[in-house]
Amino acid sequence: MGHKARVGALVIIVMVAAVPVSAQVDLTGTWQRVGSSDNGAAREPVDLLGMPLSADGRAKALSYDIAALSATERQCQMYPPIYAIVGPFPLQFVMVPDPVTQKLLAWKILGWGDRDETVIWMDGRPHPSKYAPHSHGGFTTGAWEGDTLTAVTTHAKLGDIKRHRGFSSDRATVTYRFNRHGDILTVTGILEDPVYLAEPYTLTEVFRLTTNPNNFPLTACEPIEELPSLHENPALVPHYLPGKHPAMNEVTERYNIPLEAVVGGPETMYPEYRKKLKDKYVMPPPCKEGCGAPPAPPPPAGRGGAQQP
Amino acid sequence: MKKAGPALLLVVCSLVSLEAQRGNPQPPRTPRASAPIDLTGYWVSIVTQDWRWRMVTPRKGDYQGVQLTSEAAKVADAWDPAKDEAAGEQCKSYGAPALMMVPGRFHITWQDDTTLKVESDAGTQTRLLRIGNVQTSLDSARDKPAETRTWQGVSQAQWLMPRPNVPLQLRPADRAADTPPLNPSGGSLQVVTRNLRAGYLRKNGVPYSENAVLTEYWDLYKRPNGEEWLTITTQVEDPQYLRNVRLTAPMFKKEPNGSKWDPTPCSSRW
Repeated sequence: MGHKARVGALVIIVMVAAVPVSAQVDLTGTWQRVGSSDNGAAREPVDLLGMPLSADGRAKALSYDIAALSATERQCQMYPPIYAIVGPFPLQFVMVPDPVTQKLLAWKILGWGDRDETVIWMDGRPHPSKYAPHSHGGFTTGAWEGDTLTAVTTHAKLGDIKRHRGFSSDRATVTYRFNRHGDILTVTGILEDPVYLAEPYTLTEVFRLTTNPNNFPLTACEPIEELPSLHENPALVPHYLPGKHPAMNEVTERYNIPLEAVVGGPETMYPEYRKKLKDKYVMPPPCKEGCGAPPAPPPPAGRGGAQQP
Repeated sequence: MKKAGPALLLVVCSLVSLEAQRGNPQPPRTPRASAPIDLTGYWVSIVTQDWRWRMVTPRKGDYQGVQLTSEAAKVADAWDPAKDEAAGEQCKSYGAPALMMVPGRFHITWQDDTTLKVESDAGTQTRLLRIGNVQTSLDSARDKPAETRTWQGVSQAQWLMPRPNVPLQLRPADRAADTPPLNPSGGSLQVVTRNLRAGYLRKNGVPYSENAVLTEYWDLYKRPNGEEWLTITTQVEDPQYLRNVRLTAPMFKKEPNGSKWDPTPCSSRW
């Protein structure tokens, strides 16, 4: 065997021997939301149950009027990064390779309609100065811990965190954990905010890899005249004064849950809070509509045109 | 041969690395000794999701978020806590498919070298997670007569070890150039539970059948600030009562001690 042939053989052995240790979790693809939690599914405008809001966070949430989003300067305001967990759409993961070495440079979670994309830098770059500009998507770095991807997002703009129920400030940090088990991806988010939260707000969502994505792509946003009153009077900012939110009592009226729980706070997410509720809660009458009933069975064969065998 | 020196070194390193992964013959380590993560300690539920169905007893007939079959909806609509009490079945909503969603504290200890014991203060339940090879255990279980069905069923578990921590790359040559660490951090616990007694996914009588199969992945996260969090990805398969596989992921935070441990008996109403 010649010298070149020997070297070539050695290189091939190296490559073959290295293959078993080279695999790592691949997140590429579209992950359909399949979790059964009520993330972002609240119907009542004031539903802060289990949200560890600070006093400022609660005041901000209760003063919010969704009509504010119709103001020209707010129509293109996007949701903050945590919306990847509470929003309704799939996560589309794309691998971004270094253009020269082809090594993994970043993961990108593509944006959808009103959520900016999240770029998770994997090359060890630092987060920018706290004085750096903030964006809707924020700045995110990631690292592998075993088979788990951990990512940290900073530098995101203010935004609402539970579909118009509570806010995160521009000083918030989100830590994500991406755990893949087969075709199941569990995303855990820990939101920390010194302005609007008294304790970390933790959420999880479960996704399944799909080959049939139903996405809602990110598109350019162009403000239009949504509410004539706001267009005619740009100084007007829709809001509610303290204690004047018209939907304040909806959850209490519908589910008999005491108002003190409805407005959130860190104590509401711990089991011992049930002791405070026990003597105040009376189970409401049976559910009659919007109860999650299974779909009605199809009409019997033979009617409506179905043929009998 | 001088030019082949670096390549030869790579060969040696790779083979040593590979051999270390394959492992030389060693005495078998117990599941306790080989645990890649430490789940022991006191854990508290963090209820930020499904609050309305977990922290209070939801109204009868409210099964939002659970994809029930028509048969299951009839069972849920017939829920009668007084009847459960009379039958001594107050623990129907504390079975394994529901237990980790019940707000409470959990104490995890090693019962022996192969069994993790998970105790709940709410309902004073105990789960035993027997760690080995899940598939082998399930295969052998099929050949044995069925054990008595219980609220917590029979749980077989196995450690899922992390793979070496090599950055994902596209070129094989680049992969070969990196030296992977041999002892990567992380790992998780997979638990499969069968042999359940039929019970409730929610306190208001939303049912699961005795043929339900529960699969869980327990993932630990140690934060740089010292906090420890546990996420349990939970999958309930029950074709009789569920139209789809039910997936949830309750979260827990580790507590320094058991000072807040508060055992309470099962309740059909609260």
